[in-house]
Amino acid sequence: MNQLVNAILIVLVLTGFLLLASSRLVACIRAVAIQGILLGLLAIAAQDGNLSVVGVLLPLTSAAVKGFLLPWLIVRAMRDADTTREIEPLIGYNLSVIIGAVALGVSLWLGQRLPLPNQPTSFLLMPAAFFTCLVGLVLLITRRKAITQVLGYLTLENGVYAFGAAVALEMPILVELGILLDVFVGVFVMGIAIFHISRQFDHIDTGRLVTLSDRVQ
Amino acid sequence: MILLVILIPALAGAAAFFIGSDPLRRGLLVSTALVQFALSVATWILPPAPALSGWLAEDALGRLFLTLTSLLFLASSFYAAAYLRGERVESRSDFEEGFLFSNAREASFTGCLLLFLAAMTLVTLSQQLGLLWVAVEATTLASAPLIYFHRHHRSLEATWKYLLICSVGIALALLGIFFLAVAASSPGTAAVSLVLNDLLSDAPHLNPLWLKAAFVLMLVGYGTKMGLAPFHTWLPDAHSEAPSVASALLSGALLNCAFLGILRVHQICVASGLVDFSERLLLVLGLLSMAVAAIFITGQVDYKRMLAYSSVEHMGILAVGVGLGGAGLFGSMLHVINHSLTKVMLFMVAGNLLAVYHTKTAKNVSGALQVLPVSGLLWVLGFLAITGSPPFGPFLSEFTILKAALDQGRSFVAIAYLILLAIILAGMATPVLAMAQGTPREDIIVPAGRGVALSAVPAILGAAILLMGIYVPPVLSRTIHEAARLLGQR
Repeated sequence: MNQLVNAILIVLVLTGFLLLASSRLVACIRAVAIQGILLGLLAIAAQDGNLSVVGVLLPLTSAAVKGFLLPWLIVRAMRDADTTREIEPLIGYNLSVIIGAVALGVSLWLGQRLPLPNQPTSFLLMPAAFFTCLVGLVLLITRRKAITQVLGYLTLENGVYAFGAAVALEMPILVELGILLDVFVGVFVMGIAIFHISRQFDHIDTGRLVTLSDRVQ
Repeated sequence: MILLVILIPALAGAAAFFIGSDPLRRGLLVSTALVQFALSVATWILPPAPALSGWLAEDALGRLFLTLTSLLFLASSFYAAAYLRGERVESRSDFEEGFLFSNAREASFTGCLLLFLAAMTLVTLSQQLGLLWVAVEATTLASAPLIYFHRHHRSLEATWKYLLICSVGIALALLGIFFLAVAASSPGTAAVSLVLNDLLSDAPHLNPLWLKAAFVLMLVGYGTKMGLAPFHTWLPDAHSEAPSVASALLSGALLNCAFLGILRVHQICVASGLVDFSERLLLVLGLLSMAVAAIFITGQVDYKRMLAYSSVEHMGILAVGVGLGGAGLFGSMLHVINHSLTKVMLFMVAGNLLAVYHTKTAKNVSGALQVLPVSGLLWVLGFLAITGSPPFGPFLSEFTILKAALDQGRSFVAIAYLILLAIILAGMATPVLAMAQGTPREDIIVPAGRGVALSAVPAILGAAILLMGIYVPPVLSRTIHEAARLLGQR
């Protein structure tokens, strides 16, 4: 079981680097979709064999939503907006990967500093979760296309979820479903907003959403 | 009963999307608001039984925030019905830049308003922190379409910022909740209850390191939503671009809900002896918010943005009150009520001015007292109230917080607090008074057949603010004391 968890976590970290390095939106969307499916597997694998019906169905639902439904919504928004590439990120792709490497170091250090009261199934759990959160934040800050920002938000959310799986936290079903619903509706509403942005401005470059600011006499 | 308070607006909201007739839908909005308000007042007399195995329950804090939200929504629903009647359906030219735009469907606007109310009600009644998170995120999603009612590029930009910044903030708060669960878990047991009462009774055994980290994350997460500096950047844009009735609800009701999220985790910190840590952070963020507001209010050109920054200021005051503890807690809870009443009134009046003057630039507005006597007068009185002048409600609560700082011998906090309040008073005085006085431009005409509610609702709120400054009803005062005790006041 431990081997499986470790393998999942390593792939999770790799998808993080893929997100930082790729300029093709389709590749990024695919990376986030893979993350979603990995997290579903992780939640099942982390239960260490004591499987219940709910304990399997819930991660599967989550994997279906995050691995298929949300990416489909985003791909549709991408077609509407007629963009396939992130052009001119605020920092280059090489630098992004270097930042990613630093973030991985920080995550490993944090994983050492914050010891879990319960022994986790793998020492990689905490660092991988933190790293995914950090990748999400980096994407949010340094990318300018609205779609990439949504991907950043989803990556952050995946990192948070991975942490939940890492501590084998049993959230009640109602809350789990509520969180999933919120994320789904959130991305849905963002997709609508992207559609309107592309129609309104003929682009989805949020770097040009700069009309609103404080004018002072 | 507790379920009814949440389900009635939720169902009415869902129904509103499908009702074709405008008068019927507006009637539904007002009547739902009335029923929901009546129910939340009824909880003062008949305390409702907890539902969903204790996940939904009403304590003094919840009762206070629920009743305030319902009251503000009731006032806003009357105003909204009159406002929507006056909105033209066909596309029209923008006041500021002259391009053509149209409105979103009125049915979606009304539906989202009601869903927004349902989500806020759920926030006030949630005792389970995970459920509270779900509810707070739901308020973001329900209110984002409200900001994008006028379909043009500025409101779209504001909506995007609001949606993204708040969602990211809230995601951090979720990480905070997981941290809290780690703090509460003991070796060997997996199941952790995130119900507030269980956490409070278990508080002395929580892991302090993880609890501290959880508090920081939740403060940042919910603080983003509440508009505490430096996480407030979405707030001025959203408040200035949304229709005034939506701005009023965002500022008066939504920010309080996010504040409640912070108060819940503060309660846990108090119970587990980390009160110094959480108080210090709240105090720093509170004073920082007041300072940021003071900087941006001074010389602000746009009067709706000015009101938005004033909200940042008052959220700062609330955080300072809780950060001081002791009598500051009472002051802070009282100030929640006073600020909300005043700010909702001011945004409604700002909406009236905008509808007549067709500009958000303060210096292009003059003679408001002549053109719109009631709104003009309320604009000046509201300004006096929000800047803490006697005899209005906010004076009383701001003074209570100041007194708490002085009694504790924290003279630095008291001096900084006073100086910032004075700068904001001076910064707001010039534009507000210039707008009210003087002679109006000749081409200003008040549209015929304006709804009575557009002036009557803010006037009634104005009377309430005055009343709160002179006389706080004993039953309210008792509940505020009870709420302050929940937050650790002895």
